[in-house]
Amino acid sequence: MSEFKTVFGSLENYEKGHIEIIDDDPKAYAFSNIFEVANQSAPYEKVVVGKNLKYVIETLRAEGDSDWYTCAHDEFVVCMDGEIEVHLVKLNNSASYTPENKEGSVKLESDPEGPKMGRIILRHGHQALLPKGSAYRFSNRKKPGVLIMQTICGDHSVEKWAEICYS
Amino acid sequence: MSVTNIISSTPSIENGYCSFELGSFSFHRDEYFAHISWVVNGRGMSHTISADVFLRALMRDVAWGFFYGRVNFDNVFGTTNHYGQVDMFAGSYNGDLKAKNLDLLETFDTPLIMATFKTMLDDWTNESFDPFAAPDETTQGWIGKKSGSNLAAINRERQVCQRQPGLPGDVALRVDEDGYPQNRAFADVSEDEPEVYIEPGFESEVGAFNLFAFLSRSNVTWNPSITSICKESLFCPTTEEYILPIAHGNDRCEWFFQMSDQIDWKVENDETGQPRAKVVMKAGDIAAMPADCRHTGYSPKRSMLLVWENANPELPKLYADGKLPVNPIQF
Ligand SMILES: [Fe+2]
Repeated sequence: MSEFKTVFGSLENYEKGHIEIIDDDPKAYAFSNIFEVANQSAPYEKVVVGKNLKYVIETLRAEGDSDWYTCAHDEFVVCMDGEIEVHLVKLNNSASYTPENKEGSVKLESDPEGPKMGRIILRHGHQALLPKGSAYRFSNRKKPGVLIMQTICGDHSVEKWAEICYS
Repeated sequence: MSVTNIISSTPSIENGYCSFELGSFSFHRDEYFAHISWVVNGRGMSHTISADVFLRALMRDVAWGFFYGRVNFDNVFGTTNHYGQVDMFAGSYNGDLKAKNLDLLETFDTPLIMATFKTMLDDWTNESFDPFAAPDETTQGWIGKKSGSNLAAINRERQVCQRQPGLPGDVALRVDEDGYPQNRAFADVSEDEPEVYIEPGFESEVGAFNLFAFLSRSNVTWNPSITSICKESLFCPTTEEYILPIAHGNDRCEWFFQMSDQIDWKVENDETGQPRAKVVMKAGDIAAMPADCRHTGYSPKRSMLLVWENANPELPKLYADGKLPVNPIQF
């Protein structure tokens, strides 16, 4: 038995930190908590919780089935809570969905056409590659989970800083 | 490139350590301390740092290739990376020394300062001291006369993936046999792997791994690896315990995502060292570090921190010229 207890957060159990200001504006830190954000999100809403110019980290509440998405560059997800299935399809004509220079996730209007690439079941702490030019969909029929996604700010990214940040 | 002009003394008769010179700075170690000396306006100045503190900071500066922006060893001495050249300074970002014109800043080609720092790190690190380890994991062998060396520890390379660890040809997942046992402080972290079902032909593109298990096997503290890359967006997770050995003054905004446990960040004005705030981050918290701050982390228990960097090489100039806001989000 370990003498150390590693503390992770979850949708149901998290404790948000805080900022002690000496000579500063708390808004400088754009401080939020991904579990608090996911508790207030619609299923698979791509809420931006980190933004470094065009690059973003999004928090997604994983509940039920998501739409299908594709992207012209690699994206990555890390499962922070729950059990989330990722379905991957190689798009027959990926350039028709996303020009090479298009950045961010792109929602598909209909089911993807192309061969299945595989399927991944993510649990706590697991990371998956969403390879460029593929279509992907998340599925979670169990209790709601949380993903963080590394991507670029795109058409479906949602920014609501004033609602989520410590101020 | 020639780096034969490292200036070092013969080993001290008293304690066995060499002394070093770089530009107008000289470096000298005794049984407890590192001493840095410089001359400014005809006045001899010196600064003293506990040798363990100095070696932990020097280790990070070397391992990170001078990192992004400024690496303050403490509130007096440090380096600023200009990517090809490096400033070394004493007092230049200390409000009081600067105001009295007692500071000195000199610029060196990266290979020379790197070679000097590596030689000093090697000479001043004793066999039983690991500057990458948490204090609880190493010894007090940094105290006393020169006693052997620890090349295995100081020559560790940070792990940088091509696309994602575990994919064919990429960084391997961490296992005991490769020198990555699960750390004592993460013995309770689950090591179950994701279920990955790959259709034939897509082996190089379909991949997943247990990031938390990977991090639980990190054999260093405060030394980021890279585990995913989206153009210039780098996920640089690291495991942290005790105190970040430097105060980082980034030349751009960076972000922290606290994946487990807690880190308290002391945030200061990067030009003067004046206190700004303390940012207490717990599991699930995410926050930016503004481009004009310096920050030092305190991690009471070994924790998992995702450091998130934007590696766009044009950013330092854009921030320095005031063309980008120092706070990443306006709301
Ligand atoms: Fe930093």
